[in-house]
Amino acid sequence: MATVSMTVNGKAVTADIDSRTLLVQFIRENQLLTGTHVGCDTSQCGACVVHIDGKAVKSCTTLALQCQGANVVTIEGIAAADGTLHPMQEAFREHHGLQCGFCTPGMIMSAIDIVNRKGNDLDEHTIREELEGNICRCTGYHNIVRAVDAGAKAMAGSAKPMKHAAE
Amino acid sequence: MYAFTYHRPDTVRQAAGLVARKEDAKVLAGGQTLLPTMKQRLASPGNLVDLGSVAEMKGIERKGRTIVIGAMTTHADVAGSPLVQEAIPGLAALAGNIGDPHVRNRGTIGGSIANNDPAADYPAACLAMGATIITNKRKIAADAFFQGMFDTALDEGEIVTRVAFPIPGKAAYAKFPNPASRYALVGVCVAKRGSEVRVAVTGAGASGVFRWPEAEAALSKRFSSKSLEGMAAKAAGLNTDIHADAEYRAHLIGVMARRAVDAAVGK
Amino acid sequence: MSATGIGASVRRKEDHRFITGSGRYTDDINRPGQAHAYFLRSPHAHATIKKIDASKALAMPGVLAVLTGDDLAADKIGGLICGWMIHNKDGSPMRAGGHPALAQGKVRYVGDHVAVIIADTLAQARDASEAVVVDYGVLPAVVDTATAMKSKTVVHDVAPNNSVYNWHLGNKDDTEKAFKAAKHVVKMNIVNNRLAPNPMEPRAAIGLYDKAEDHYTLYTTSQNPHVARLVLSAFIGIAPENKLRVVAPDVGGGFGSKIFIYAEETVCVWASKKVGRPVKWNSDRTEAFLSDAHGRDHVTEAQMAIDENGKITGLRVHTIANLGAYLSTFSSSVPTYLYAPLLSGQYNIPAIYAEVDAVYTTTAPVDAYRGAGRPEATFVVERLVEVAARQLGIDPAKFRQMNYITKFPHQTPVIMMYDAGNYNASMKKALEAADYKGFGKRRKEAEKRGKLRGIGFSSYIEACGIAPSAAVGSLGAGVGLWESAEVRVNPIGTVEILTGSHSHGQGHETTFAQLVCERLGVPLESVSIIHGDTDKVQMGMGTYGSRSGAVGMSAISKALDKVIAKGKKVAAYVLEASEKDIDFKDGKFSVKGTDKTLDFGACALQAYIAHKFNGQDLEPGLKEGAFYDPTNFTFPAGVHIAEVEVDPDTGVTRVVNWTAVDDFGVVINPMIVEGQVHGGIAQGIGQAMLEGVVYDKEGQLVTASYMDYCMPRADDLPSFTVGMTVTACPSNPLGIKGCGEAGAIAAPPALINAITDAVGHEDVAMPATPKVVWRAAQKALKKMAAE
Repeated sequence: MATVSMTVNGKAVTADIDSRTLLVQFIRENQLLTGTHVGCDTSQCGACVVHIDGKAVKSCTTLALQCQGANVVTIEGIAAADGTLHPMQEAFREHHGLQCGFCTPGMIMSAIDIVNRKGNDLDEHTIREELEGNICRCTGYHNIVRAVDAGAKAMAGSAKPMKHAAE
Repeated sequence: MYAFTYHRPDTVRQAAGLVARKEDAKVLAGGQTLLPTMKQRLASPGNLVDLGSVAEMKGIERKGRTIVIGAMTTHADVAGSPLVQEAIPGLAALAGNIGDPHVRNRGTIGGSIANNDPAADYPAACLAMGATIITNKRKIAADAFFQGMFDTALDEGEIVTRVAFPIPGKAAYAKFPNPASRYALVGVCVAKRGSEVRVAVTGAGASGVFRWPEAEAALSKRFSSKSLEGMAAKAAGLNTDIHADAEYRAHLIGVMARRAVDAAVGK
Repeated sequence: MSATGIGASVRRKEDHRFITGSGRYTDDINRPGQAHAYFLRSPHAHATIKKIDASKALAMPGVLAVLTGDDLAADKIGGLICGWMIHNKDGSPMRAGGHPALAQGKVRYVGDHVAVIIADTLAQARDASEAVVVDYGVLPAVVDTATAMKSKTVVHDVAPNNSVYNWHLGNKDDTEKAFKAAKHVVKMNIVNNRLAPNPMEPRAAIGLYDKAEDHYTLYTTSQNPHVARLVLSAFIGIAPENKLRVVAPDVGGGFGSKIFIYAEETVCVWASKKVGRPVKWNSDRTEAFLSDAHGRDHVTEAQMAIDENGKITGLRVHTIANLGAYLSTFSSSVPTYLYAPLLSGQYNIPAIYAEVDAVYTTTAPVDAYRGAGRPEATFVVERLVEVAARQLGIDPAKFRQMNYITKFPHQTPVIMMYDAGNYNASMKKALEAADYKGFGKRRKEAEKRGKLRGIGFSSYIEACGIAPSAAVGSLGAGVGLWESAEVRVNPIGTVEILTGSHSHGQGHETTFAQLVCERLGVPLESVSIIHGDTDKVQMGMGTYGSRSGAVGMSAISKALDKVIAKGKKVAAYVLEASEKDIDFKDGKFSVKGTDKTLDFGACALQAYIAHKFNGQDLEPGLKEGAFYDPTNFTFPAGVHIAEVEVDPDTGVTRVVNWTAVDDFGVVINPMIVEGQVHGGIAQGIGQAMLEGVVYDKEGQLVTASYMDYCMPRADDLPSFTVGMTVTACPSNPLGIKGCGEAGAIAAPPALINAITDAVGHEDVAMPATPKVVWRAAQKALKKMAAE
């Protein structure tokens, strides 16, 4: 067992964990935040994407212990404090960018990261390339691409402060 | 994953000490290959030495005609580095096309070359550009470093700390990704430094990254994709799997080499 | 059309929980005291089990139990079942081998279940699994579909030559005559590649046993929890139905692979009583590749007869279908009644004969995957039609139009009675949307860039809305395929719909509610759709085969009729009028010729207060149920046009344009329907150029992760142009045909037709990966150079 402390969605947490605990297990089993999912074993599907210190990573390929002192944000932590959805969440709903919903949290976390890196004016080619690390089996990506595009534009005009500074 | 004891040293010295002292110790860099391998129970280190807090292993600097990259620098940081983009744009582009955005945010250059996956991208750049791999003990030329599939010149417990790339006149990497894994099915890096041209091939060889002398000779005469027209590598010794057989890989090596040259000359 | 009624693209009600990470999938559920199961799986494709020694494992930390097939047998737990009886040509029943949930004496594929290890933590269970010593007697593998019947190795003793059945459909004599008289015959050998369905949520299960009530609960990733309960009770014998509750909460995609009653959920629910604790299992992706039912895997010889006027006169098909090592729940029906009856396509073909050999191999079970049988049939028909047009020098669109069925109803020679359609309308619209006329120009422009451009058609038809119970019963189905619904109107006028359909991405919580809004005039937020729990919904047949709209919603419609009829009775008392004078419109009951009205909500309240009528004359309450049994299959159909560019240097194919025009009958929510089409096309493109399950000669699964099994990613696909034509389905009250599988059925032949058009010859197998297309392009280039 080892002790780890980090910030999860703005909340300081400390726990004693088995050293082999993956960040995704820590989030799901220790923090009971089950919005982050596991869809593969080979770091490819992206259902587990969260942000560590503002960067999108695969929480299934990160040990919880590697996140000592880190600021972790999950899908549960991106809406505004008053419950107002993040513009990217809203865009996924508005543009029917999800069906079964299983890949969706990872998609949204990746999409926000794309905008953070590439700006608010994205072309289709860029969006498709940047989604390389997220697999969806339901939508054929058609509406996800539209949602990311619209979400990116909405983020430019977003006046709502987000809950967590790292975002 | 099997159980292990986790260590998080702050210096290379501490890390090297831990690796030397602890039983079955393995170094953890970005973890993008090691952790999936451990999850599948294909690796079972008793001790895991995480280099994530070793500040001296991070960062990129230019030293004269050389770009020196700390081993714990992520692919995203190499891809986004104005220094690298300016001095060796082909290297920045290569780093920006490894794995996917999330993997690039964790995966490191040191981890990639120490692992020497036969389908990894960085080994091709190191070999083509004549990089020097700097460890906690010594400096190793890329030509001597990559010794076969998942095999390097590193001694037990030796840690890659930096990689030094002499700035080439022209260099570029062209990758044909495996449609499933997106690793290189064939990746070719070409680099021209002075009169020397090197062509390094990854993804294709049964024993990892290798140089393609025929292409190097042709490009030394004239650094143009036309010099490689109709050329393919020899199929003997190349991999055959469900995605590509040796003959197809041999052909793709020619195509990717031509595309890399075109990119290097700005075509 | 109201903003929330039929035909409106209402944003989905279920989305809020998914986009905020609040969805509740099976793996998100944890029960106090739960233990974890890890399945020890066979490393061999085929072996006898001589001995299992679990003594070391049992002594390891946290281990509660190691259970094997012997323990199942001792508890008299039955094997997994196949629910569809197919008869051989000679009338004898199919040869089905036993399918124990944990192997009994023999393993038959890599991943077959040898034992389950149950421990406090998953890590402990997995650690202990490595200490279980199994003594195997390794036997030869049987892998290849085409030659399985010739193998000396037999997978099940009851099935000599590995033949499950030899089945046929159609009229052999008529077909032979058609071929004798034919002016032109097209012959093709076609392989329909084996696929792994890959819903993004891996399968999972939690079994619980309540000692106080002697009652089991199973949470599971199922498309049809009621069928699961029926099978687990009546056939496997876990517990009688009144002692077993099955819950399928949010399910992250199914595509057919979560229809079946698998070993893992059976074992979890059974073992929960044995260890006295809840038992949880969650598949990882590699386990999913090994043990989820695969799809497709046909090898077919097909011939098409054509007369001097370019009319198709006959079709002859012989297919070998690989069913894997065991018969899964519906597997026997897929290459028979879900396949051969679709071989007429959209065409007027007077004579068809199909013969199907189903074979056992030492590979994972093969069962329904999105489309199930219909993609395989469509691929055969649409490849033959395209090649016929090319060989005859007739434009492929025109050749199709020349042979379309134009009069309805139309009886095909292979069971189906097509009830309605307008195939020409879809073709015309598709040709226009795809700018077919401009293709030649685009091809020339691509040539200048060194690219080979091709265009391909697919004029598909499918049979959905499965299915009339008596009809499927006569064809061998073990159950009827009706659907149930219950409408519960609460005293304040809110409505709960209980449905036997199950939503795992289809958006039922929205579309079903739209129907209720349309019919009862209540606001969308007043309607809740309840599904997936056998304690809440009494019985249902679940969601697959594009049936939930046509069958599930028809059941709701029927129950709503009853609610309105009852409401009229209540309103008549309240408004002091005769029942026959009561109208119901826009959420209001009114008395003809007066201004007296009663809101639906007020009517509901009156129904429960029951002051205004004598409870002996009219029962209080407003709750009605219905079972709807369809009168026919439904026949969605359409035209897809694929346009590709091939890089002859690398063999990389880029899909540059995709046009789909589909006729799904009446559409409830166009946004959701288009989304279904997009997803189906992506899976069809996946089959055609990316995906393929590969076993090596020893029966080891080569494609056991996303490192080797190529899933379509965003950058593999284009945006899609999707359009619709509408002929209402006359066979159900709502006019719905179904849309879930269309894309996956239509896409593969369209894409292969486009690639073969680009490279100029027909020798391109699925998946048309860069390697395959490069070789094909080289042939084409050589041929061009020689000319």
